[in-house]
Amino acid sequence: MTAGPADATLTGSRLRRSATLMWRGMRSEPRLYVLAVAASALFGAATVAVSRAVGWATDAVVVPAIGGDADARARIWQAGLVLAAVAVTLAVSVAGRRIWAGLGFAAIQAHHRRGVTRQYLRLPMSWHRAHPTGQLLSNASADVEAATGVFNPLPFALGVVVMIGVATAMLLAIDVWLAAAALVVIPAAVVVNVVFQRYMTPAATRAQQLRAEVADVAHESFEGALLVKSLGTADREEARFADRADALRAANVRVGVVRAFFDPAIELLPSLGTLVVLGVGAWRASTGAVDTGDVVTAAYLLTVMAVPVRAFGWVLGELPRALVGYERISRVLDARGELPVGDAALPRAGAGLAVRLAGVGVDVPASGRTATLLDDVDLEVAPGSTVAVVGATGAGKTTLVSLLARLSDPTRGRVLLDGVDVRDLAAGEIPAQVALVAQQTFVFEDTVRANVTLADPDGGTGPGDGAGDGAGASAARVPTDDEVWAALRVARVDDVVRALPGGLDAPLGERGANLSGGQRQRLAIARALVRRPRLLVLDDATSAVDPRVESEILAELRSARTAGDARSTTVVMVAYRMSSVSLADAVVHLGSGRVVDVGTHAELLDRDPGYRALATAYEQETARRERELADERAAGEDVPTPWDATAGATEEEAR
Amino acid sequence: MSESRIAAASSLGVVATLRRGVQISPQITDGLWLTLAFAVVAAGGRVVVPVAVQRTIDDGILASQGPDAGRVALFTVLAAGAIVVAGLCSAMVNVRMFRSTEAGLAALRVRAFRHVHDLSTLSQGTERRGALVSRVTSDVDTISLFVQSGGIMLLVSSLQVLVATALMAVYSWQLTIVVWLCFVPLFLVLRRAQRHVNAAYTTVRARIGAMLGAISEAVVGAETVRAYGVARRTRRRVDASIEATRSSQARAQVLVASVFSGGVLVANLVLAVVVVVGTLLGVGGGLTAGQVVAFLFLVQLFTGPVQMATEILNELQNAVAGWRRVLAVVETPLDVVDAPDGVVSPRGPAAVSLRGVRYAYPDGPEVLHGIDLDLPARTKVAVVGRTGSGKTTIAKLVTRLMDPTEGRVLLDGVDLRDVRLESLRRRVVLVPQEGFLLDATVGENVAYGLREPAAGGAADAAEQVAAAVDALGLADWVADLPAGLDTPVGQRGEALSAGERQLVAIARAYIAEPDLLVLDEATSAVDPATEVRIARALDSLTSGRSTLTIAHRLSTAEASDLVVVVDDGHVAEVGTHTELVAAGGVYARMHASWVAQTR
Repeated sequence: MTAGPADATLTGSRLRRSATLMWRGMRSEPRLYVLAVAASALFGAATVAVSRAVGWATDAVVVPAIGGDADARARIWQAGLVLAAVAVTLAVSVAGRRIWAGLGFAAIQAHHRRGVTRQYLRLPMSWHRAHPTGQLLSNASADVEAATGVFNPLPFALGVVVMIGVATAMLLAIDVWLAAAALVVIPAAVVVNVVFQRYMTPAATRAQQLRAEVADVAHESFEGALLVKSLGTADREEARFADRADALRAANVRVGVVRAFFDPAIELLPSLGTLVVLGVGAWRASTGAVDTGDVVTAAYLLTVMAVPVRAFGWVLGELPRALVGYERISRVLDARGELPVGDAALPRAGAGLAVRLAGVGVDVPASGRTATLLDDVDLEVAPGSTVAVVGATGAGKTTLVSLLARLSDPTRGRVLLDGVDVRDLAAGEIPAQVALVAQQTFVFEDTVRANVTLADPDGGTGPGDGAGDGAGASAARVPTDDEVWAALRVARVDDVVRALPGGLDAPLGERGANLSGGQRQRLAIARALVRRPRLLVLDDATSAVDPRVESEILAELRSARTAGDARSTTVVMVAYRMSSVSLADAVVHLGSGRVVDVGTHAELLDRDPGYRALATAYEQETARRERELADERAAGEDVPTPWDATAGATEEEAR
Repeated sequence: MSESRIAAASSLGVVATLRRGVQISPQITDGLWLTLAFAVVAAGGRVVVPVAVQRTIDDGILASQGPDAGRVALFTVLAAGAIVVAGLCSAMVNVRMFRSTEAGLAALRVRAFRHVHDLSTLSQGTERRGALVSRVTSDVDTISLFVQSGGIMLLVSSLQVLVATALMAVYSWQLTIVVWLCFVPLFLVLRRAQRHVNAAYTTVRARIGAMLGAISEAVVGAETVRAYGVARRTRRRVDASIEATRSSQARAQVLVASVFSGGVLVANLVLAVVVVVGTLLGVGGGLTAGQVVAFLFLVQLFTGPVQMATEILNELQNAVAGWRRVLAVVETPLDVVDAPDGVVSPRGPAAVSLRGVRYAYPDGPEVLHGIDLDLPARTKVAVVGRTGSGKTTIAKLVTRLMDPTEGRVLLDGVDLRDVRLESLRRRVVLVPQEGFLLDATVGENVAYGLREPAAGGAADAAEQVAAAVDALGLADWVADLPAGLDTPVGQRGEALSAGERQLVAIARAYIAEPDLLVLDEATSAVDPATEVRIARALDSLTSGRSTLTIAHRLSTAEASDLVVVVDDGHVAEVGTHTELVAAGGVYARMHASWVAQTR
């Protein structure tokens, strides 16, 4: 098991990388591959035995019996039995080889898929943002298939090695010249394969790359289906997709053309070999060195070896694709950047968390330069208080609050929870203390209950279980249904859930498609509340919720505290509605990534003009409009009715 | 309305699927006759070796005057020439088949892709996006893979069996019948076994689909997984789906292996039968020793394809399963149909009317109960109402994302169902609450709304984008972005905040210059100052245009010419802001509480 990321990337020459790829795969399933290769070896030996049996039957039965030998006629049935026995052995060995090879193949695929998805779960958000969804899905599907395709024919090919060994020994025992004639095929096959590889590798790489690109375009286009529809850009999307699909077509044809010549060439070799054997055999027979049966054995051997020898071709043919696929998987497996964790722990119960940001700055690379999203942010949030973060769109509010849940780390400065740097906290501490409700709610394809509790139904409760991923340790206790209902009620979504068929057991479709945006947001709030976090971070989490409902939710959160509840939670919220903002104990005004001012709503209204403009935008707009209307009345114009409103408005604006 | 769902797979049988598939992608059969001619020559090459063996034994080694090496050398040189020619023909078959099928499959891909976009949002919603992607990627790849690895072999192999049979019959019709009698039962058994194999592969494909769905949750839901520390739970779900896939693959593999080795057994038992029966016939004087041995070689030509056929048929099943899934997409009926004889709606001020409109989501209760509404041209209309009152449904009907279950939606007096979709989409543009952004820059995302993207080149597009941003009063915001308009938005726009994404979506719709702009809570995540700025910009810039705004911030309603209050699927009130406040009804109460929230 690759519990932690190991160096998956293959190094060295192509030959070495290919060998390592195959060796690693087989070593991950040793039992299955020992059995598969053993069965395949038996198959190889049995195949040679068939040709020997046919040769023997020719010499000992067919030729003399037809020539009139009575003893030989008596042996006809015996020959039949020998051939039948060999046939049974062969069939059994084929069954064993294929079953175990198939099981091994499926196991290796599963192994890669687990490895890749573990990384998806382990790597930080910054990594995810840098990798398109389509590509990550393709890593787990098409690339895994490409990387493992070689394992299907591999045991077969290894069995063929045994077959060639046995065949060589047998032929040498018959006649050196005949053996040489028969075995000349093998180096020729190697040469053909080397040439094939040279052409195939770039072609396969390109086709694989284009498959991913086609998937990327399809994924983005389908995700944006509503946009495509509302702007009527289906033609443009079709052209974009058709362009990639056509490039893939050309690449597939290129792969096909290389194959088209390789396959007949590799098939031709045993046939030509047989002819050489016949020519040499006739000469050796004329000198009396060999019998007819010996020639038949050698010729027959080449015939029955024709398919198995191609197993090398299959392995070699799959290898370029496998290397490309594996390389793409390795990039995921070897990706680093997991946020480092310490071993500090915080008390799970008690008052709200104290939050402090000290000299926090966040830079991100942007088009070759560095952009500063946050700079010089110093902030203190008292335990149990509610703080609103207010600022213009794009001011850095989301960046700021996502630091509190440690979705990423600041470039400069420190984020402290209860005085402890978040980087020193043990794995699983932060999710246990902090609940973040993001702007966009992600709904799992599961029941309502599972979406609220996010409990791990089969999860071990023992400590240390799954310590590798670090994030599971928080699943201490599964909330009861009563607690779930309570959270749903506070989030004002209990009625919605009660109306669903099945209530808590109602399945939510992919991404919660059967809920409205506001319902999804409220579900997400319930998901946060049920965890009884010591710090609740609401990142504009009620934008799609009715204002009245929003006020109710916030009031309820607050009443728990005013009622002297010992578990009072610290709340940091990004909000626009002044009704929500005015409920906060303190307001942080953020502008262009810096803290402009901190104070109560009233204080900021009084002394911060930027804040005033933001907070009173609607009032001012209403006042402006009323002024305009008054002016119009004063000017003796009719108040425009809706039916001819624009005429008036246009004149108004034109002035 | 179950017909609006995308079926998991078409219900056609194998032959019908192939026929339908070829019908949809006729390129596949391009130049088929010449390809077949090459294939016949290629197959003929396969019997050269057995013939050479027979002649070598009978006329060379066992020749009456002793072994004749010279004669054998002549045979072999001639035979070598023949198989090289056959090999070249074989290569030609391959190249031609690759060319034609890949052309057909590329067309199929594009057609299925387009069909997905032509489906209504409801049909699109019934299927996982990831699963839809696999219909135009991996499912088509399966067919391509089959052609590359098995399809051609199937063609050449069947011809090879025919040629081998003909040659056998020349040597001995009795022995030919014996050989056929051995293989016919095998074929019958294989056919039956095939059904089980088929079922097993269907399961494999279904499990792979479910697995990709589970994996996509770990990718798309990455932030939630981290914020809630539920990596272990997610991992368990993903692992379970991976294991389900593995076990179904294992089961299928065991089944296939059993079937295949049964074929191997029969094929090799035939050798014993040929030796026994052939020798007995030879003793009776019907066959020479060389012919009996040649039979052994010919049986190999025969058994190879039969064994291979079981294999190839499995792959064929796979390919057919993939093909069915693609066909199911192409054949999902469109429930929002572009009328072929529809009228082109002329540009100009747009007036919309709803007449007795009712709507129920498939398998759901009715959400609109007979809406009658007139939205005059050049008017700013605000639709307000509680969550779940049916506001968004109205927006979707007006933009014809779906059709009403009853009643009519009219654009300038013409039923939307009679308007060419292309002209409708040009005139009416929806900005939803969560606008989707492409993984490109801010500027490129805005430019996506341009109607003729290629018209004036990139520089012209950039100019128009900059002008739109200025006009909407967003220049300051853009200036604050890390790289201005060149700032990448990340996948699905995740590098921007929800409010910023809405700004981009509005600019994109604005630049498309619709006659009616439908804003469905399109500024819900934008700060008040910016929202007011945009609203004013739209006011001044949409003169001549109509806007229909779904809003729960009543600032929008205050600024509208007409306010429509929707309550529980009915129109409760219609009038100007001033009138409705004065009327003291539902709207007046909503407004009072709004004022209380904002002050």
